[in-house]
Amino acid sequence: MLFLRSRDLVCQEMVELVTDYLEGTLSRRDRRRFEHHLRGCPNCTAYLDQIRATIRATGRIEPDDLTPDAREDLTELYRRWRSE
Amino acid sequence: MLMMSQRPNGDLPGARGVTGRGAASRLCDVEADATLVNRLRDGDEAAFVALVGRYHQPMVRLARTMVSSEAVAEEAVQDTWLGVVRGIERFEGRSSFKTWLFRILANRARSAGAREERIDPILSVDAGRFDAGGQWADPVEQWRTELDDRLEAAVWAPILKSALEQLPSRQRTVVVLRDVEGLSSDEVCSVLGITSGNQRILLHRGRSRMREILDGEMGRD
Repeated sequence: MLFLRSRDLVCQEMVELVTDYLEGTLSRRDRRRFEHHLRGCPNCTAYLDQIRATIRATGRIEPDDLTPDAREDLTELYRRWRSE
Repeated sequence: MLMMSQRPNGDLPGARGVTGRGAASRLCDVEADATLVNRLRDGDEAAFVALVGRYHQPMVRLARTMVSSEAVAEEAVQDTWLGVVRGIERFEGRSSFKTWLFRILANRARSAGAREERIDPILSVDAGRFDAGGQWADPVEQWRTELDDRLEAAVWAPILKSALEQLPSRQRTVVVLRDVEGLSSDEVCSVLGITSGNQRILLHRGRSRMREILDGEMGRD
C-alpha cells in the first residue's frame, strides 16, 4: 500500500488507490481521505463509477459453450479410468 | 444481474455491490457442487459429466491465461479432470470444490512449462492523463452506456472478451478468477500461491486496463 501523508489526495493518487479502496484494505483514515476527495471531485467520482461498471460487466462474461466432442472425449476418459 | 456482496469486506462503503457475481448465486453453486462431488465419489458418471459441463470451459479459460497455446491449455485441463476423478477422496471440503479444482489446474498449468514468465511492466495506471500536479488533464466523461444493461449485453460480450485477452498474462489470470469466476481474494491467493498484496496489485492493473479499453470503445456508439 502507498504511504499517504496527511495532505489531501490528488486525482492521480486516487486512481492508484481505487482497488485498495474497493477491496477494503485502506486504513480507516485513508478511506476517509479517499471519500473526502471523492465528494469534491466529479472526475474521480466518474472514474470510480467506470471501474465499478467494468467489474460488473466483467462478471457477465460467459465461457464459450462446451462442444459435444469435448464432452464425449471427457466422458470417454472417465469410463476408461473407471474400467482400469 | 447485480446483487450486493456479503463478503467479509461487504460492509465497507467502497466495497458494496462491486462484485461481478453475487454471493447468493455462489452459495447455490457451492451446494450444487457438494451434491455432485458426493455422487462422483460413488462413481456416478452423470455427476462427472455435470461437473464437466459446469467447469470445463471456465478451466480452459483460466489455463489459457497461464500457458501459451490452446492445445497446452486443453491438455492441462484434461489432466486436471483425471486428477480429480483419481483424487476425489482427498477433497475434504475445506475449500469450495471450485477453488480446489482451480488450484489443481493452476499447478498443472504452471508445470506444463509453457508459461512465459513475463514481468508486468510497472507503469502507473493512466499516467498520461494527469498534469504535473496530479490532477486530471481532461475531464473524465460519464459512460453513456450501462455495460451490464441486458439489452446491451450482446453488443458488449465480444468487446469484453477481447479486452480480457489484451491483458498481460498474470493480470488476466487474477481478473478471470476474481471478476469472472467470482472467487474471493483469499481463494485467488490459495489457487495461485501468491500473497494478498501481489493479488491486489495484479487485480488493480488488470481492472484498470479493462476500464481503459472499455473507455476507448465507449466513444463509438
